[in-house]
Amino acid sequence: MSDDIAERVKKIVVEHLSVEEDKVTENASFIDDLGADSLDTVELVMAFEEEFGIEIPDDAAETIQTFGDAVKFIKEAQ
Amino acid sequence: MFDLTGKSALITGASGGIGGEVARVLHGAGATVGLSGTRTEPLEALAAELGERAHVLPCNLSDAEAVNALPKQAAEAMGSVDILVNNAGITRDNLFMRMSEEEWASVLDVNLTSGFRLCKGVLRGMMKARWGRIVNISSIVGATGNPGQGNYAAAKAGLVGMTKSLAYEVATRGVTVNAVAPGFIETAMTEKLNDDQKAGILGQIPMGRMGSPSEIAAAVLYLASAEAGYVTGTTLHVNGGMAML
Repeated sequence: MSDDIAERVKKIVVEHLSVEEDKVTENASFIDDLGADSLDTVELVMAFEEEFGIEIPDDAAETIQTFGDAVKFIKEAQ
Repeated sequence: MFDLTGKSALITGASGGIGGEVARVLHGAGATVGLSGTRTEPLEALAAELGERAHVLPCNLSDAEAVNALPKQAAEAMGSVDILVNNAGITRDNLFMRMSEEEWASVLDVNLTSGFRLCKGVLRGMMKARWGRIVNISSIVGATGNPGQGNYAAAKAGLVGMTKSLAYEVATRGVTVNAVAPGFIETAMTEKLNDDQKAGILGQIPMGRMGSPSEIAAAVLYLASAEAGYVTGTTLHVNGGMAML
């Protein structure tokens, strides 16, 4: 089940940032490694909220810097 | 040109002279309009006049919770909010030395902070759609200042700074953010001026007349259109030459 979450998060990241799937690793930083700008990270959070039906408050969103952060946050939120 | 068919526009202060005319003109160009304002009665009357594609969305813009809920209500009523016109404004004029905290805060709250809240609320949908138009109604006095209007001028200048900053941030997402700065326009707000004040103002306007709400609405229509897609962060001054900025 949790792997399913990781896959769904990865799909969003790959689509939104137009990056290769194998670049999206646990510690991959959206901004430093995957070429996102700050607005991209806002949009990623919006996409996560919709995909998983959760609310990610602004202060929590700021802590989501890497792919691993996102998966961890979403698992805990569900 | 300037066909807004299929677009939905949320207009605040639609019960007022300029806001009502903006709603008429955008509606006339094919847009679905969400008419917001504090007073329900004039909004209902305008909606009845426009007929189809008009939704009444009353909102007290000094109530933060109500303002934050408005974009969602508008999107539910119209399907989306593609165009936001932050037009609502109040005045609480007073000499600076006599201006109370309350007069200052209420004008900043309605004229500037509600604009911030509404922009924030509509941006998600616009960014997703990769298309959006935000038009903030500023004022000539935001650029020139005006005695007795320290609060109003500050709020209207603030809207311009907000407009430019937001325009930078969302430019790559197909969302434009612009301001229209009316000069003296024939509305209830300028009707409060006495004859001497009016004569004094007319003397400062090269065209020698006040503007009409439809002349502001035309500027808003342009900035809301697909054709204005390369225009962002600008302030379009519509003032009869009163200040050539």
